[in-house]
Amino acid sequence: MARFIRWYGSHPLHLLVLICSFALTAYAMVRLFAVRPLAVAVWFVGAAIVHDLILLPLYSLADLTAPAVLRHRTTRVPRLPWTNFLRVPAFLSGVLLLVWFPLIFARSAPYSGATGLSQSVYLGRWLAITGVLFGASAGAFAWKLRRVRRAARADEHRPAPGHDAAP
Amino acid sequence: MGDDGRPPASRASGGPKPPADEGHARERLRRARATTAALIERAAAGVRAVARRVGQTPPPPGPFRPEFWRSPIRGPWLTSVFGLVLLIGIPLIFITGMLSYAAYNPDLGPLNDQTPDKGVLGFYLFDWPTHPYWLYRLTQGVHVTLGVTLVPVLLAKLWSVIPKLFEWPPVRTVAHGLERLSLLILVGGVIFEFVTGIFNVQLFYVFPGSFYTLHFYGAWVFIAAFVVHAGIRLGRMRRALRSRSLAGELRTDLAHTRPEPPDPDGLVPTAPQAPTMTRRGAVGMVGAGSLLLLVVTAGQSIGGRLRESALLAPHNRVPGSGPNGFQINKTAAAVGVTSAHIGRDWRLHVLGRGPALVFTREQLLVMRHHNAALPIACVEGWSTPDQRWSGLRLTDLAALAGLPNASSVLVESVQPPGPYSSVVLRGNQIHDPRSLLALRVNGADLSIDHGYPARVIVPANPGVNNTKWVHRLTFRT
Repeated sequence: MARFIRWYGSHPLHLLVLICSFALTAYAMVRLFAVRPLAVAVWFVGAAIVHDLILLPLYSLADLTAPAVLRHRTTRVPRLPWTNFLRVPAFLSGVLLLVWFPLIFARSAPYSGATGLSQSVYLGRWLAITGVLFGASAGAFAWKLRRVRRAARADEHRPAPGHDAAP
Repeated sequence: MGDDGRPPASRASGGPKPPADEGHARERLRRARATTAALIERAAAGVRAVARRVGQTPPPPGPFRPEFWRSPIRGPWLTSVFGLVLLIGIPLIFITGMLSYAAYNPDLGPLNDQTPDKGVLGFYLFDWPTHPYWLYRLTQGVHVTLGVTLVPVLLAKLWSVIPKLFEWPPVRTVAHGLERLSLLILVGGVIFEFVTGIFNVQLFYVFPGSFYTLHFYGAWVFIAAFVVHAGIRLGRMRRALRSRSLAGELRTDLAHTRPEPPDPDGLVPTAPQAPTMTRRGAVGMVGAGSLLLLVVTAGQSIGGRLRESALLAPHNRVPGSGPNGFQINKTAAAVGVTSAHIGRDWRLHVLGRGPALVFTREQLLVMRHHNAALPIACVEGWSTPDQRWSGLRLTDLAALAGLPNASSVLVESVQPPGPYSSVVLRGNQIHDPRSLLALRVNGADLSIDHGYPARVIVPANPGVNNTKWVHRLTFRT
């Protein structure tokens, strides 16, 4: 047993479970790849590659570089961290686009003929939702900024504690 | 391996003496085996040496180095929160998906079955019931809506474990290598399933082949890896969830957000950046994404006033108005049904025992009609509210055809041959008193797009199995 674990790297049960899983995978894969195997394989592997090596790096890069690109140039104190006021609406609008882009960009050829409905409404709706999300975020930011500024101004007018005690 | 393991008894058994040639051959075989064994041993040693060397080499620069990953909130607790949601959601999606396959009654023959090679994967199939009449509306609505809603959680889960993709060394042990192979199938499978499903509900048919085949077999490929992954990581997930209190995390602001303690999986960064978002914020943002998707999608399944809130869902509006103003799966024009098919020459043929019965629409209209309030529920996850259908009971038509106990009926449409231009219904569907060959809906004649002159409507039946433009019913015992 110890020798097996040293060779394999885990408990025999681990191997057994994986073998069962691979057997089911193989059984289903034979059927999945029965027609147009190359194209299906491209889709299957491509799905992971497009997400892991394209989509995720792209949105991470956008998230990382946004603060530098959109530098907050004001020198007035106090400053307010604004990243999330951009990040959250961008994320929300982004997931809507990711899920519904075929309709938003009217890419579905059979849609109108099949359903008797127009595809042209979706782009406007998505833009409107996006506008509302960013607008609400901007409103929340402005409100918070005002509160922080007011608090800062109140601090300025109040003499700092220990002021009189200075030599 | 070099030793010949056969029992010596075979030689002493008194059989005919082997000729000298055979002795030579055996000697050669023995030598070949010894050589092979030596080669394998040498190759194994070589592999071990390479593995050792790879393990000792420093990781290549970039994402293979731990310090590349700097998000201070990445860690086992956050991963486990998303993992827990998926652990509940994915089985629900899988089970409703399996139910959807059963709802087509694929065992009734190739007309109902897009995946006839399923083999043991159809082990669970059962006679799909007609009670409750909203069953398919519910199961398929949950399947599609939940799938759409979980997209942000899935993205977040994958984001939270991305450093693991670039682990160094790539393979530590056999177990580790096999598990990573399984993970590749898991990630490829889950994205494949979500993408094919989400594209299909938008009629965006760019995937390579039949949706049914890809989505069904893909689901089994995925679930095989999912069960293993959930099983292997369940303990780790529970420990991670217990390591921090949810209430505590929900109270922690940005100033107090610290990375989780270092973990053996290497999710927690070794060189974290200053946080720009709390864990509460990350979970909240993902939850808000799910909620938003739910709001802009669910209404096409729930219906009522919520349909208008389903701003981005494919069936969020009513095509036209009046009694026939409810959602259409495929218009007559889309499947090539023309007035030539359904004009004055249209007849309904009813076959069973004895000669075929032929009816004009006028003859059908004067026969005794029954009413049923039933929805149309599509595999694409949308459904209509209950519509008031009126027409002839299928069970009455079976009796007319001389088969009052018919166990199935082949329903054929005038539409040109294609998927679901004809289907087979089961006995329980024929004999439910709400199962109709409908001629009218909501007090008016069926519109052409809803199946004029006659269509089938059966409680809890998937939309495409409620055949439109019916011209022949063949009852069978």
